[in-house]
Amino acid sequence: MAGESAKAVDVAGAMITGPVPAVDWLIVAPVLIPLVFGALLLMFRHEMRWHGIVALIGLAALVGADAALLSRVLEHGPLSMTMGSWLPPFGISFTADALGATFALTAGIVAFVCAIFALRDIDVSGRRYGFYPFLMLMMTGVSGAFLTGDIFNLYVWFEVFVISSFGLLVLGSERAQIDGATKYAILNLVGTTLFLIATAYLYGTFGTLNMADIARKAQTISEAAPLMTLATLYLLAFGMKAAAFPVNFWLPASYHTPRIVAAALFGGLLTKIGIYALLRTLVMLFPVERAILADLIGWVAVATMILGVLGALAQSDTRRVFGFLVISGVGVMMAGLALGTETGLSGTIFYAAHSMLIMTALYLLAGVMKEMGGSFSLHELSGLYRASPLLTGIALLLALAIAGLPPASGLWPKVLLVKAAVDANAWWLAGAILLTGFLTTIAMGRIFLFAFWRDAPAKGVAKVFDPATAARPVVGQGVLVVLTVPIVLLGVFPEPVIRVANMAAAGLLHSSAYINAVFPAGGG
Amino acid sequence: MRTLIFRTAAPYLSSLMLLFSVFVLLRGHNEPGGGFIGGLIAASAFAILGIAYGAPAVRRAMYFHPMAISGFGLFLSALSGLLSYAFRVPFLTGLWTSVHVLGVEVDLSTVMFFDIGVYLVVVGSITSIALALEEREDG
Repeated sequence: MAGESAKAVDVAGAMITGPVPAVDWLIVAPVLIPLVFGALLLMFRHEMRWHGIVALIGLAALVGADAALLSRVLEHGPLSMTMGSWLPPFGISFTADALGATFALTAGIVAFVCAIFALRDIDVSGRRYGFYPFLMLMMTGVSGAFLTGDIFNLYVWFEVFVISSFGLLVLGSERAQIDGATKYAILNLVGTTLFLIATAYLYGTFGTLNMADIARKAQTISEAAPLMTLATLYLLAFGMKAAAFPVNFWLPASYHTPRIVAAALFGGLLTKIGIYALLRTLVMLFPVERAILADLIGWVAVATMILGVLGALAQSDTRRVFGFLVISGVGVMMAGLALGTETGLSGTIFYAAHSMLIMTALYLLAGVMKEMGGSFSLHELSGLYRASPLLTGIALLLALAIAGLPPASGLWPKVLLVKAAVDANAWWLAGAILLTGFLTTIAMGRIFLFAFWRDAPAKGVAKVFDPATAARPVVGQGVLVVLTVPIVLLGVFPEPVIRVANMAAAGLLHSSAYINAVFPAGGG
Repeated sequence: MRTLIFRTAAPYLSSLMLLFSVFVLLRGHNEPGGGFIGGLIAASAFAILGIAYGAPAVRRAMYFHPMAISGFGLFLSALSGLLSYAFRVPFLTGLWTSVHVLGVEVDLSTVMFFDIGVYLVVVGSITSIALALEEREDG
């Protein structure tokens, strides 16, 4: 059939004809590995004893591939592969730069740690509902979103991880879960629809979907092109995904309902993909329009971080507190987006990596506290210090990290962001970041006071917990220790990460390396 | 559904539709058709059988769990892309070969296996949804 006729036609103008170095496959490996393992788990859905171990092997391979990809990108610059041998922009490109590879690696680590926690937390019924296949397929979507170089393909990966996350969200089919999932599903579908409309509009304007090609053409396209509309649409669509004020109401409505591992994965990963997409579109594709929108983004950032942390102060369920802290963190990340300078963006990127680790750790902490203390409610929790000094130490470090205090990882990204804000004379933004840190300290202090220091709950509340006989979940505490180590290391030795974040920010601002990776020597 | 006419016709109709779905799948390379639409036709065939005889009969007839079929399809598609690694071409590049089976030349390609994978994913997932809805109605 086509084999014969293809040989007669000269394809050099449209297809890659030379051999591709094997190392280029690193860029599809983070997508392929979870996809293949997810497919295998689906096929052997009823061999539930093997799910955990198979998923762990797959996620370990994913972390390895991500690490190899990142080290390759840091050494040799952005890496690109175009599917099916077509030349870009006809084929779909995967392009990894320092930003995407860093996020993909952090996400892989978070997923691996969550899978270990899930070994005990997800019971047989959760496995029968397909926790592990959903987890692997969600990681396929997450890795794909971070590594794709094609904006429509980005939409496809968004759908992949959103649909898998529906599955994780309703695991167990409880009433509250269905309620949360409905809100989550509808608002996410509105977000992705806006994304799709913006992308269709973009295609009509540029005639291409390849991000490197768009970045190249955006500099020379005519004045009449509706770039401002496009940038605003993307800001709204991804702002919704990232849970930025005022389109963040879906997050507190749903994140406290699923299994704690699923909540940890969502809180750690999903909003950060929105931030990633905002960075990719607004900073790399539409830098001029981002500068015009900077004030708006700045005020959205301030409102998101302050209202988020105020929400956290008002809650008494630990999971809801952490849900609002996720939102507050999104505000902090958007501050760097509003500033748009290299220091500011590098602060945002560092904060996003920190936030993936810390939010996952906090949700898992809530799970361990529930297992030991018998409740998620701050009214009922008490006396955990006596039950486990180790857990108390971890909780203290995590509280310092989320509040941005030394010695944990939250300090340095906030230093970068405040420095960038002061450099740009945006005192209000710097003040808001510092105020948010202060209020977060109070919110975490509340949890610490009530759940750990207090001997017994207030009068009239039934005591659900006795320190002497409390369960001491070994796996849960072990996983928390494993997560706390990088959080403290990032706080004590921040230089390597700051260097990577600077590289990633520079790569966004000066996209020529990214474009060159896709179109070598300006061809295509 | 307890209609004699429908119950008698359903197996024939389903078999014809399954056969047709494979035809649509295979002609999809250069003409209208392909894995997705073929999969939908096959899933409708199972749905018709399900309406006539109930979901348990369909599950027995399919032997494998629909989700397992779906997983296998995903696996097959991923593998057909992965094959290009051995040939030093980018992921998902179409590779062609032809074999002689009993004197007939048969063209094989990774594109076709990818499409068969898509077919199985669609059959598995849509049938799974249809059967779940069917069972909910009975219970």
